[in-house]
Amino acid sequence: MVWNKHDYDDIPGTYVFDGETAHASYNINKMLFTFNTEDCRDEFEADPAAYCDEFGVEGDFKECVIQKDFLRMLRLGCNIYFMAKMAIPRGTSVQDCGAAMQGITTEEFQAKLLENRVGLEEKLDKVGGYWNG
Amino acid sequence: MAKIIGGLTTSHIPAVGNAIENNLQQEPYWKRFFDGYEPAKEWLKEANPDMIVVVYNDHGLNFFLDKMPTFALGCADIYHNADEGWGLKPQAPFPGDAQFSWHVAESLIDQEFDICTCQEMLVDHGFVNPIRALYGTLKEWPVKTLPVAVNVVQHPVPTAARCLKLGRALGKAIESYPEDMRVVIFGTGGLSHQLQGERAGLINVDFDIECMEKIATEPEWFTQFSNAEIMRKAGTEGIETIMWMVMRGALQDEVKVIHKHYHAPISNTGAGVLVLENQ
Repeated sequence: MVWNKHDYDDIPGTYVFDGETAHASYNINKMLFTFNTEDCRDEFEADPAAYCDEFGVEGDFKECVIQKDFLRMLRLGCNIYFMAKMAIPRGTSVQDCGAAMQGITTEEFQAKLLENRVGLEEKLDKVGGYWNG
Repeated sequence: MAKIIGGLTTSHIPAVGNAIENNLQQEPYWKRFFDGYEPAKEWLKEANPDMIVVVYNDHGLNFFLDKMPTFALGCADIYHNADEGWGLKPQAPFPGDAQFSWHVAESLIDQEFDICTCQEMLVDHGFVNPIRALYGTLKEWPVKTLPVAVNVVQHPVPTAARCLKLGRALGKAIESYPEDMRVVIFGTGGLSHQLQGERAGLINVDFDIECMEKIATEPEWFTQFSNAEIMRKAGTEGIETIMWMVMRGALQDEVKVIHKHYHAPISNTGAGVLVLENQ
């Protein structure tokens, strides 16, 4: 009774959503999946704790859902795409979560992303054949 | 007989749908990204397909984690888009072609690709945004569609090598359909990105460009990488690039490269448009 080791386990700062994670976070992801439907979103909003109970979302998972602690939800193994169904309508973007994971602001996170833009045209010209504006 | 005219690659991220919805295409952040689609749109107009095969992944609209097919094929006459829970406005339904779909399913299974067949299939932003980026936002779509969904959300996900083989089988399946039909394949998603973990925000421009070059001319090159190696270089969500291999496998080995466009960052990703034409 052991979970397989994987050659992606040692990629720094990286958590791969695999069977082990999906198994542990099944109930919470199942609950988040229902947020595709407006009626379910309203039902959750009316009584988050009762809604968690309905799906067997317990312990740390339940606590962070009620506290809307999206970062902790991710750390506990929630799937990012399912988590987004709860976080984005509440004003927390996937970039906000990425920034928080690194302990920087979203503006700093976006500035780091924009660094990839520097010298891009020159790089593409060097490789050749790219549309370049 | 059905004929594959060519294939293209495109990003499918939610932000693209939001940008189109809010008419931001000519804003400074988006301009270079969207302007680079213009030659692809012109080519597509000229190619005039009757059918587009869209290789994409579902992000928790149609498939939950209870049943996760590695490969799934739409087998319906209509595919609906729907509320994904975070604000993208559902788009007009997309016409399918059940007869064509079932032909493809039979052929794939004959070729030992035991694909999951779906007579109802909601299509999410992964399918919708590429079509909107290339055709605009329409109330009626001018082309029929075939969704091919690949699991890249819950590991184990298929290898790049397996996706290339699926593409080759898909190409045979399409081109053995007896009806005259012009087909274009979309490979969506990618390129490098990672949405979570302390390494979130990773973009690997050099690897992205190398992938574009090689996938166009020498797709076997990409099959040297394990999924762990792809994620190490291109981020956890960069694994989506395996879906490009399905498109590429469906084309001829030697293709004409019509258009190459790369932009980074767009949202959290490196974004690549390749237009490849069969000879």
